[in-house]
Amino acid sequence: MSDFFVGATTILAQQDTEPLIRWIWISDHADEIVSRGLQHVYLTIVTVVIGFLIAFPAAVYASRHRWAVSPITSISGVLYTIPAFAFIFLLLPITGLSLTTVAIPLIAYSLLILFRNTLAGLDSVEPEVKEAAVGMGLSRRQLLWRVEVPLAMPVIIAGLRIATVSSIALITIAALIGRGGFGQFILDGLNTFFWTPLIVGVVLSVALAFAADLLLLGLQRLATPWATASGVRAVAT
Amino acid sequence: MNGLLEGLQWLVDPANWSGVDGIPARVWEHVQLSVIALVIATLIAVPIGLWIGHTRRGQFWTVQFANVGRSIPSLAVLSIMFLIAVKEFPSLAFGFLPTIVALTLLGIPVILINTYVGIQQVDQDTVEAARGMGMSGRQVLWTLEVPMAMPLIMTGLRLAAVQIVATAGLAALIAGGGLGRYIVDGFALRENDRIVAGAILVAVLSLLTDLAFSLLARATSPKLSSEPGKVPA
Repeated sequence: MSDFFVGATTILAQQDTEPLIRWIWISDHADEIVSRGLQHVYLTIVTVVIGFLIAFPAAVYASRHRWAVSPITSISGVLYTIPAFAFIFLLLPITGLSLTTVAIPLIAYSLLILFRNTLAGLDSVEPEVKEAAVGMGLSRRQLLWRVEVPLAMPVIIAGLRIATVSSIALITIAALIGRGGFGQFILDGLNTFFWTPLIVGVVLSVALAFAADLLLLGLQRLATPWATASGVRAVAT
Repeated sequence: MNGLLEGLQWLVDPANWSGVDGIPARVWEHVQLSVIALVIATLIAVPIGLWIGHTRRGQFWTVQFANVGRSIPSLAVLSIMFLIAVKEFPSLAFGFLPTIVALTLLGIPVILINTYVGIQQVDQDTVEAARGMGMSGRQVLWTLEVPMAMPLIMTGLRLAAVQIVATAGLAALIAGGGLGRYIVDGFALRENDRIVAGAILVAVLSLLTDLAFSLLARATSPKLSSEPGKVPA
């Protein structure tokens, strides 16, 4: 700690002349910025896609068998509450410094958000609409894919947006074991008392979250042109 | 699986239950950091949320603020506060201060949005009826809107508390205390049992926080409503 303090104070002496952003650092690290960005995007996709592949069937099942709502909510609630970084270090001795160690906690975190929103979306479909569809001779499968899912789409995508934005922010934690995408720059900046990588890491991470959010919003507009975005209410846990 | 067992063994070893680096001391540090940050965040966010919900001013910006809050990594807030503290208040930078400020900032958006939505969701006909009975704006707020909004306000506090307890685990990265010490030190020393024990303690403390606030929410909610929290996307 005292060494740390001495080191910090010597760096402090240089800080008055240190600009917040050294542009030369950015051009020097262009390759690393790209590779960290790809890592960040890849982990985000893995998290949200696998999370959704688990949460979606669970929500469909729960919408038909109400008894399942409470236990699934409780289990995913516990997984949501365990801090991702603690979860990562809990898995570290089992799965090592692998992608799995990072992906499992992130997926676990996203389940509650995805499950609750998918269920809320399915529940928002009017019973009369479903009865009419059944009356027209649709099978259960057709009812799900042709009526319920399209009508639930705005709320489902609202859940995907929350899960995606939260995951992009959360992934930075994985920098602690070297898999944090832009989070690595934040950690580098912290460890070297150097503003440039810290700011680059934060700005790019937030920008990625906004870009992903806009992309999903655009997707929702395309998929459900009849729904207005302002009319959609997501369940944020 | 051996790693988990070693972690559990570390947890029950009496040697780890005393001194400044003992489990009780680290739990106490963690709880102190979290409680102070949560109290300050509540004192800032609840009044603003009540005001916005009651007057319906600045609703758009509140929602945007909450969305931006969600997209900013906790690690970044903590790092920025630490570097600012090192530069501007070097004598305080290696204590509680940067962590408390960062945790407070992280808690504010979710408390604010839930308080605002809670007040804003109160049935307008009921509010009109209350005004028609001659209640003042202040009376409407405290005797009608706040009790009706209580479940959502408590949801906000619960989510903020869990996030603060989780992020307090990262305080060790900026030379702070708390249970994250075991994880960060264990990682530096390559002691798996210490890492796992720290991770278990942080996870248990987070779950207990969640449980405590769920019970508190049940105790404070009006009997007529038990609707779960809803927040606009």
